[in-house]
Amino acid sequence: MTARQPARFLGKAAGRLATMGPGFGFLTVFMLVPLALVLSYTVFRRGRFGGVVYEPTGENFTRLADPLYLDVVIGSVKLAAITTLLALLLGYPTAYLIAKLPARWKVIALVAVVLPFWTNFLIRTYAWIVLLNSEGPVNSGLKALGLEPVKLLYTDGAIVAGLLYAYLPLMILPLYSAVEKLDPELREASANLGARPARTFWSVTLPLSLPGVLTGCVFVFVPSLGNFVIPELLGGGRRIMVGNLIRDQFLKARDWPFGSVLALAVIAVLVLLLFAQAWASRRAGRGA
Amino acid sequence: MTLISIDGVSRRFGEVTALDSVSLDIRQGEFFALLGPSGCGKTTLLRILAGFEQPDTGSVRLDGSDLLAIPAHRRPVNLMFQSYALFPHMSVEKNVAYGLERERLPRAEIRERVAAVLETVGLTAQARRRPHELSGGQRQRVALARAVVKRPRLLLLDEPLSALDKKVRSEMQLELKRLQHEVGITFVVVTHDQEEAMSLADRIAVMNGGRVEQVDAPADLYERPRTPFVAGFIGANNLFTGKVTEKGLEVDGLGVLPAPAGPVEGETAMLAVRPERIRLDPVTEDQGVLRGRVVDVSFYGGVSHVALSLAGHDRNLLAATQGRARVETGAEVVIAWDADDAALVPTEVSGGQPS
Amino acid sequence: MRRHGWLRLPFWLTYLFLYAPIVVLVVMSFNRNKSPYTWGGFSLDWYGRLAENDSIRTGLVNTLIVAFGSTVLSTVLGTLLAVGLARHTRSRLLDALSTLPAILPDLVIAIGLLVFYTAIKLTLGLHSVLIAHTVFGMAFVTAVVRARLGGMDTSLEEASRDLGAAPLTTFVKITLPTLAPGIVAGALLAFTLSLDEFVIAFFTAAPSEPTLPIVIYSMVRFGVTPEINALATLLLAVSFTVVIVAQRLTRLTEALR
Repeated sequence: MTARQPARFLGKAAGRLATMGPGFGFLTVFMLVPLALVLSYTVFRRGRFGGVVYEPTGENFTRLADPLYLDVVIGSVKLAAITTLLALLLGYPTAYLIAKLPARWKVIALVAVVLPFWTNFLIRTYAWIVLLNSEGPVNSGLKALGLEPVKLLYTDGAIVAGLLYAYLPLMILPLYSAVEKLDPELREASANLGARPARTFWSVTLPLSLPGVLTGCVFVFVPSLGNFVIPELLGGGRRIMVGNLIRDQFLKARDWPFGSVLALAVIAVLVLLLFAQAWASRRAGRGA
Repeated sequence: MTLISIDGVSRRFGEVTALDSVSLDIRQGEFFALLGPSGCGKTTLLRILAGFEQPDTGSVRLDGSDLLAIPAHRRPVNLMFQSYALFPHMSVEKNVAYGLERERLPRAEIRERVAAVLETVGLTAQARRRPHELSGGQRQRVALARAVVKRPRLLLLDEPLSALDKKVRSEMQLELKRLQHEVGITFVVVTHDQEEAMSLADRIAVMNGGRVEQVDAPADLYERPRTPFVAGFIGANNLFTGKVTEKGLEVDGLGVLPAPAGPVEGETAMLAVRPERIRLDPVTEDQGVLRGRVVDVSFYGGVSHVALSLAGHDRNLLAATQGRARVETGAEVVIAWDADDAALVPTEVSGGQPS
Repeated sequence: MRRHGWLRLPFWLTYLFLYAPIVVLVVMSFNRNKSPYTWGGFSLDWYGRLAENDSIRTGLVNTLIVAFGSTVLSTVLGTLLAVGLARHTRSRLLDALSTLPAILPDLVIAIGLLVFYTAIKLTLGLHSVLIAHTVFGMAFVTAVVRARLGGMDTSLEEASRDLGAAPLTTFVKITLPTLAPGIVAGALLAFTLSLDEFVIAFFTAAPSEPTLPIVIYSMVRFGVTPEINALATLLLAVSFTVVIVAQRLTRLTEALR
């Protein structure tokens, strides 16, 4: 009997190692170590042809305050925030209505939201070049109406349209599952206690779906910040966003330490938003 | 004085008729119950009163004015939900204050009234807690306080005791009655549990298949059911169907059974005899109408139940006696009751048969 | 719906916004005109030109190699990981770690791997992209299989052990078959994600061996050609078919349960 105890313990350890060992081993080598490298590069001097020289320095961080880069950061935060807000304004009513549809239509409406998301990201961006071009359908339509064509492509508006198009489904899905989970009786209770529909929305529906709102915002805001393709293709390279800056530090300027600092900043924003999301989930409480 | 007057209300959901021209009066200050099996339409009626549902036809008046014209959030009617529907992101006091804030009352008054109602339901110490930190009984008190604090003309309670365990139930039952007495609000409780309805309500409307079968005080429902459904639904009953004659009810295979004077002679009727009204005597000579054999005797402390088989009757008969039964399984007994202790129910009036 | 009248406007706006660009692309791909912006009659010319385009063909082959390889690797590693997380640990940290690649911005994973490959002096090629795609593909397979495991009755496995099956036998005969729909869904997800992935491939591929998205990127960057419309339409058709078939499949397997 005593001999079986260690055997069972070994069996458990073997089970753990056999199932999680390969996966976490892989993730350690190809994700954690690379992330640690990037993190460590933030405090070293740049090498002349990429890479780093192992001399500690704080100048990579102070360069963030350089007006040249600060403008880029502020500008990209602004565009990403506008995109997120628009996604919320379009996404919330859409998610709300989908949650109210009969089961059959619900599935169709959800698949229809996800479908464009499964098509190639570059193709989706390219579609907007075609759409917004000075001779494209939108301007042709304006001309046909006897109006002056408008410059649409290579503007901040085009970047926002592209980002919104790329990430709107990521806003709608968490919103949908948050609204779907809401107990309809809570809205009835609110009306029963004398609240008009608008008041019920602000006091009950919105606070209880806030975790979904914040999840959606994380899913839209963070990748918008880090995107470099859309600013390049739809913004014509005039507007540089954080994503472009990071790419350039690694592939053109060869300033890996500064690029690492910028990447760290994006990760910091992500972590901050995730904490906000966790806080909102706790606040919304478990169901009554 | 009539508070709520429901007249000819019908509601269909596709193929299903939830309410079939229901008419009811609910009096000012009474404790009223809507009782019936699930699917009888009682919840639909409740939702119509609260304003979450509109009837297809019929009218509902409160104090003589049209209630259906008022949107849900402006009705002087509050509902205690079966699930309680407490707002999970608000504390107990915020939940209770929510309805008062919608009336734009001064803050001081809201604070005062919330404190007073929490005192009444004994939750002053839990005012800052969130719903998920409370026990089932405490949550129910919050739901009750939240509805009562609005001082509605009518308070609706949807299966108020169903989610509580047995011990808390009887406590809450007393508390509900005390509260209703204290605040003087008209209560309407919806339930499928007849004990709940019988113990709480002044009057009960028994519903079945979207119709109101009978409206009466609990004791009258028990003693004088007016439809076969009510006779079968309320309490245990021994039911016989037969033809009304001068001497009683003539049942095929059993003979003429003692029955009170009632419907017109020659018509079909149902006779209902409560188990506790049945006398069991040892067989002597040729006395008594019915003879039966004891199938089973079970002792429940205060009372004993005796199951009897009757020749010529497909169902067992149930008799209840105080204390220990004086008969044994297998014994042959004479079964008897007084004609006036039984109830005779016309079967033609309602199509509803107890299942 | 009646009660939410004003909500309908943003609702339909969303779908218009999502589908208008796609419709324009598809229509333009059948346009005879050389200028991609004005209609010159129906034609399949651009599809013909597309078939003759060598860089697209090699890009497609490279992409398929990467997608197949990373899907196989992701599915094996991710399934095992999901089983381990559900059955052998309660650690929330490990749970979070397994989903991290799905949450991290692609750009961060991309530069991390670029830095890492450079540090260990690995020559870039299809293998470096394949590994990179496995990093996030695995996270998605783990998440999907884990969701399926959450709904699975542990008593099935206990019953198998009780009837005398060893842990490995139980895993192969009971756990895997029950998880099959989840594994298939996870693999499909990993495959489509890899097919479409651009940012990470852009950083970890060798210039001589670009994947299809990289080829598209350089085509789009150097100007609009109607060939891209044709390519886009074909890719759209493939994606839509895969999504709808997957949808049908999962509903079918749900019904069979």
